[in-house]
Amino acid sequence: MPDSVPGPVLSPVLEVTDLRVSVGDHLVAVHDVSFSIGRGESVGLVGESGSGKTLTCRSVLGLLPATGEVDHGRIVLGGTELTGATRRTWNEVRGTRLGAVFQDSASYLNPSLTVGHQLAEQLRVKRGLSRADAHRRAVELFTEVGLHDPEGVFHRYPHELSGGMQQRVLIAISVSCEPELLIADEATTALDVVIQAEILDLLGRLRETHGLALLLVTHDLAVVAETCERILVMYAGEIVESGTTEEVLARPRHPYTQALMGVATIGTWERRALEVIPGQPPSVGEDMPGCRFAPRCRFATSACTSGPVPLADLGGGRAARCARLDALEGALA
Amino acid sequence: MTATRERPEVSGPEHTQVAPVLRVSDLSVSYAPPRKGTHLGTGAALTAASLEVRPGEIVGIVGETGSGKTTLARATVGLVRPAAGRIELDGQDMGSLKGRALREFRRSGQVQLVFQDPLRSLDPDLTVAELVREPLDIAGTLSRAERDVRVAESLRLVGLEPESMLGRRPRQLSGGQRQRVSLARAISTHPKLLFCDEPVSALDVSNRNLVLSLLDRLRSELGLAVVIIAHDLSSLAGIADRVAVFYRSRVVEQGPIQDVLQRPAHPYTGLLTASAPSVAHVDRLRPEQLRPQPDARAWPSHGVCVFAPRCRFAHDACADQPAPVTLPGDREAACHVAGEWRTHLTTTKES
Repeated sequence: MPDSVPGPVLSPVLEVTDLRVSVGDHLVAVHDVSFSIGRGESVGLVGESGSGKTLTCRSVLGLLPATGEVDHGRIVLGGTELTGATRRTWNEVRGTRLGAVFQDSASYLNPSLTVGHQLAEQLRVKRGLSRADAHRRAVELFTEVGLHDPEGVFHRYPHELSGGMQQRVLIAISVSCEPELLIADEATTALDVVIQAEILDLLGRLRETHGLALLLVTHDLAVVAETCERILVMYAGEIVESGTTEEVLARPRHPYTQALMGVATIGTWERRALEVIPGQPPSVGEDMPGCRFAPRCRFATSACTSGPVPLADLGGGRAARCARLDALEGALA
Repeated sequence: MTATRERPEVSGPEHTQVAPVLRVSDLSVSYAPPRKGTHLGTGAALTAASLEVRPGEIVGIVGETGSGKTTLARATVGLVRPAAGRIELDGQDMGSLKGRALREFRRSGQVQLVFQDPLRSLDPDLTVAELVREPLDIAGTLSRAERDVRVAESLRLVGLEPESMLGRRPRQLSGGQRQRVSLARAISTHPKLLFCDEPVSALDVSNRNLVLSLLDRLRSELGLAVVIIAHDLSSLAGIADRVAVFYRSRVVEQGPIQDVLQRPAHPYTGLLTASAPSVAHVDRLRPEQLRPQPDARAWPSHGVCVFAPRCRFAHDACADQPAPVTLPGDREAACHVAGEWRTHLTTTKES
């Protein structure tokens, strides 16, 4: 295991090892990504669009687009091997042990069925509840995710609900079978800040009451800052930095993490010049011998592009992939 | 007025004595009235909204989905007819424009819209050159050669190299580049007012700041009045001069952005700023301090203050919708406890 991100020691819920995903004509979009998520842990996966964060979590869910393929690597969910799993295994895992919520909640709900029907169906199929029990449990779950008038919501169709309510319904469906891991891919991006904060609170509360682990995928560092215990920063298909949220935000060790912090929301409102990260991320599959961030990095030297840069273990659960780790220590904070 | 008009002298946002480009007063817009039992019709989309935008100024409009932000933009460009109120553009009453005059006004491109998703709002079959040129063709006031010059000039203004861009199509551009093409298209007619409806919410953080900085530069270089509609305070941070907070079809608070967001007068604005995520550990209110307590009384959905059902500080007076009151520092808020709720906050915290 060359490039593993140090994680918790106790039996992880999810273990991803050397995951390589290619799209289209063998263009490698995710390069040997390894990480693990402990029981009940919340981990944020952060990166710009095109960084491979969505492909990584789609591989874990077995929901890669038709052109995508896992080339090698292992994905293990609490002892169950998911790499090369049969359709039957996936059906046993998805929705029961593995829950997921996405950005465009409306497109994941059936528009012609009431939302209560959709949740009750899940409970009857996956948990074998009777019609009456499923109804009762569905109303309980709707109450738990903070929907007002849960009995009334049960009989509503998706189009009658606001975006925030739809997202709550989807969360209720995805936690209905007590999953070990909930993946939220940009689940709050389309919502306004008040609802976003409520949904993030809800996810935190469900973590405590249901003991589920959370993988929060987002492009906004500010969102994970207050929700997650650990952060994985992805850039151009590689994990470039990882560690506890507090450590990473207080002392970033990779210039990209520092750049991301510069462009993230800082919670002050005075007029200022907004920072940007110059240039564009490399296109998918682009062959780069060294650091993939080097062309946009203000600290880059010729050493950065001469050969592969390993993800260096920095101890204390931290790792960073930078050729100038020692030289830049202290310069990035 | 045509696309060839002279640019006004650049005026800083501080110059509040300058006449506003856009003056909206007591504007109400209503789509089909709600019909019982059908869930059809939304009723009032905008109720007695007033707003002013001056040249060179960026005004942010924040609010949740369905709060009337986009309706205001649609009414201003004449896409929906207001039920009541006035919209004045450069002193001219828009309500008086009808038929041919209205059509000519729209074609002149004095007010332009920029939308959230450039992939959907830009025709995928057109090249960048055709996209940016189209509003000029519609305005029809410039010669062919002049239009070509204007296209190149607009692209340069948004930081794109015309030589490499002109022949490309939207698919061949990155997200940030596409949104900049939308901006180039919007400014090619030299508008006086630019309405940007969620211009950056489809972009990631780095591109977001790039497009926002660009808007900031355009307003000072072109003396452009800009309205940015956002559901998210981070899309306004750092560039907007003033902000108007919308809630359920009403403007509940407005004023200079820093004052409004640092010391909100309306509890909803307080909830907005408390809910905004941040990477810095700043000492601020927590959203749970502002959400209603579990034993809060139930409010009817009509007739009362629009925010009462979600307000921690709702009391008997809130059974009537408060009118906007003027506060010191060029601010106004529509709340019975405007600015005073903080004192209630400390008592609630202690109890």
